Amino acid sequence: MGVLGAIGRQAYSAAGWLTQPLLPDDLLGTLNPLWSASEPNARVVGLRRETADTTTLLLRPGRARTRHLPGQFVGLGVRIDGVWHWRTYSATSRPADDLLAVTVTAIPGGMVSGALAHATPVGALVRLGPPAGEFVLPQQVPEKLLFVTAGSGITPVMGMLRELAASRPETLEGAVLVHCDRTPRDVVFGPDLRALTASTGLQLVERHTALEGRLTPDALGDCVPDWAAREAWICGPAGMLDDLTAHWDRSGDPDALHVERFAAPVFGGDSTGGTVSFITSGIAAEAAPGTPLMVAGEAAGAVLPNGCRMGICHTCVGRLRSGAVRDLNTGELYDTPGDAVRTCVSGAAGDVEIEL
Amino acid sequence: MTITENRAARRSSARTNSVKPAEPVRVENPLPSRVAGTVPTLAPSAAAHLTTEQIDALGAEFDALREEVVGSFGERDARYIHKVIAWQRGLEVGGRGALIFSLFPPAWLAGTAALSVAKIVDNMEIGHNVLHGQWDWMKDPKIHSTTWEWDHASLAKSWQKSHNYEHHTFTNVRGKDRDLGYAVMRVTPEQEWRPVDLLQPLTNLGLSLIFEWGIAIYDIELEKVQEGTKPWSEAKAELKALWGKTRKQLAKDYLLFPLLSGPGFLQTAAANLTANTVRNIWSHAVIFCGHFPDGTETFEESRLDNESQGEWYVRQLLGSANLTGGKLFHTMTGNLSHQIEHHLFPDIPSNRYIEIAPRVREICERYGLPYTAGSLPQQYGKVLRKILRLAFPGGGPKTPAAATEQPQRTLRAAR
Repeated sequence: MGVLGAIGRQAYSAAGWLTQPLLPDDLLGTLNPLWSASEPNARVVGLRRETADTTTLLLRPGRARTRHLPGQFVGLGVRIDGVWHWRTYSATSRPADDLLAVTVTAIPGGMVSGALAHATPVGALVRLGPPAGEFVLPQQVPEKLLFVTAGSGITPVMGMLRELAASRPETLEGAVLVHCDRTPRDVVFGPDLRALTASTGLQLVERHTALEGRLTPDALGDCVPDWAAREAWICGPAGMLDDLTAHWDRSGDPDALHVERFAAPVFGGDSTGGTVSFITSGIAAEAAPGTPLMVAGEAAGAVLPNGCRMGICHTCVGRLRSGAVRDLNTGELYDTPGDAVRTCVSGAAGDVEIEL
Repeated sequence: MTITENRAARRSSARTNSVKPAEPVRVENPLPSRVAGTVPTLAPSAAAHLTTEQIDALGAEFDALREEVVGSFGERDARYIHKVIAWQRGLEVGGRGALIFSLFPPAWLAGTAALSVAKIVDNMEIGHNVLHGQWDWMKDPKIHSTTWEWDHASLAKSWQKSHNYEHHTFTNVRGKDRDLGYAVMRVTPEQEWRPVDLLQPLTNLGLSLIFEWGIAIYDIELEKVQEGTKPWSEAKAELKALWGKTRKQLAKDYLLFPLLSGPGFLQTAAANLTANTVRNIWSHAVIFCGHFPDGTETFEESRLDNESQGEWYVRQLLGSANLTGGKLFHTMTGNLSHQIEHHLFPDIPSNRYIEIAPRVREICERYGLPYTAGSLPQQYGKVLRKILRLAFPGGGPKTPAAATEQPQRTLRAAR
């Protein structure tokens, strides 16, 4: 394999002389988008309607696939009216599965999520961004697990549960999942979750908020009395996450709590603004104070790598060549040339050059 | 002077949606007087009858048309460019594949034809237009003005500067638009005559054969180095970058693919030379028909002072000429057959020019402005006649030689 690989690489670089200024990869991608290695594409091969507003897309990735870890999300690019749009969604299949499953909930008024959940035909082509996210299980799975999810917050946890049920079912013995949704019909993966409780030792607490109201820390204590002794993964609306985070800070062990937020945190930091020059694109843009570099660059016509647009997926990272940027979330200043800058959450602190 | 420059630079960035020039505009660096000419415009402008109010109204109409078209970009446009790219790549691979058997004459012929077409489409309908930023709205990093490179001697980046910025902003302004004669020819009677111009019919023939190299060298502005307005070190660095690209192009066409043909080495090299030359002759003809036929006007530099949006449109209109033909012909010219529409809206996708052409013509008709158009042989004939005439001194409209010319700038020509 090593020798063959080396020969393959030699052949590829030789082929590059014949195809330049294009890459051999460009020609392969023209023939079949799934053959492109530089541009990870995937074909939609199946659809599962989970609920009225949630659909799981079953994707056959091309040869440029990067396997995710259970709980991570992937960037998903979709062409709508000729324009590529990017969003991130949780992977709900097991990493080793042939097909990659991503589960999309249509947000009211959301053009991209609506198109993906309701208007994507089998056979459609999408692009994939690299898997990312820290919301994953450790190598050594803790003994007592607790998952608290609400709405589409179940999606990353579903990825974890499927992996555990298939590879290490014993870890689900005594594990608890508290899941909230409006009504039983709204519960994404409802039948799958109920089946999981039957086949493993997972305990499922379904809470229907239309009847029982929102999950409060007290209510959680009522249904999971030993919550403080568990390692917890929580995902759902910001209000619930804020309440529970505060609760863990007060009466639990904050280190045992893992939180995944779908909504962008409010920009708290500030930056003075300045001219941002994207070196590779050759585009310079004025970034107003508090404006992310990516937004400024796109307004000036630059095509920049982008994914979650909220600072979590690191798809948009570019190296700092000169100048300084400020993290708009934390207020931290980065001014060492070579620093990796997330353009979606960094503002210019004076004039700055980014290698993108 | 400085004010003019800044206005023009700003307008260019708004209009061409291309890579902004990294360095500031050189204000103290006019073109050689040779290009600028030394006399005021000889012929009266075809827009002389328009009042300022009318020109403003005209500008508003073109703005509205632009807005309407930009708002309607969609899936069918994206499909079009993807289809053209797929066809171009298919033709190139097919052509080069056939040329592996170039010893076999039918394979040589088919391969050379396919490769010639592929190179033309690569340069014109795809490269030229992608590099204009016409497809940037798709946000596709693979089909984008900042990432595209083409099968052409010029580096995409340097071509963008000389073409998108200088030519499209200062179209047909003597002293600012170097494309007026490409610094080697006299294409308008206002340009100063020199004895060397006697050779320009030959210069033109030679240029058409090696057009891509002419453009590549032209981008380096050697005539400015000669006049001392551009440092040699800068030109040298650009030549080096150019060589970095072109040596690969040369190796591909004249060494690697011929080697793949084994005993057909020379036949394949000849085929590639033929395809490159066909592309050069074709693109030279189409491009020369864009701004030099009778009926197109050139302008003095002072015109740029406080030029309004409407006046900008009028200048683009009067300085450009269209070619008539079928759909395939338009694609093969990169839709530069719609030079007028392209100059009014350089960053609108080329497949839309054919659709807006009737509306542009209708606006011209209402404002009494010429809409110059004709077939390729007709227009190229006029260009050659002009090049021949201007090889000799004079050539202005008041001289007896020019008096016999009947500038064909009416709508009828387009029909």
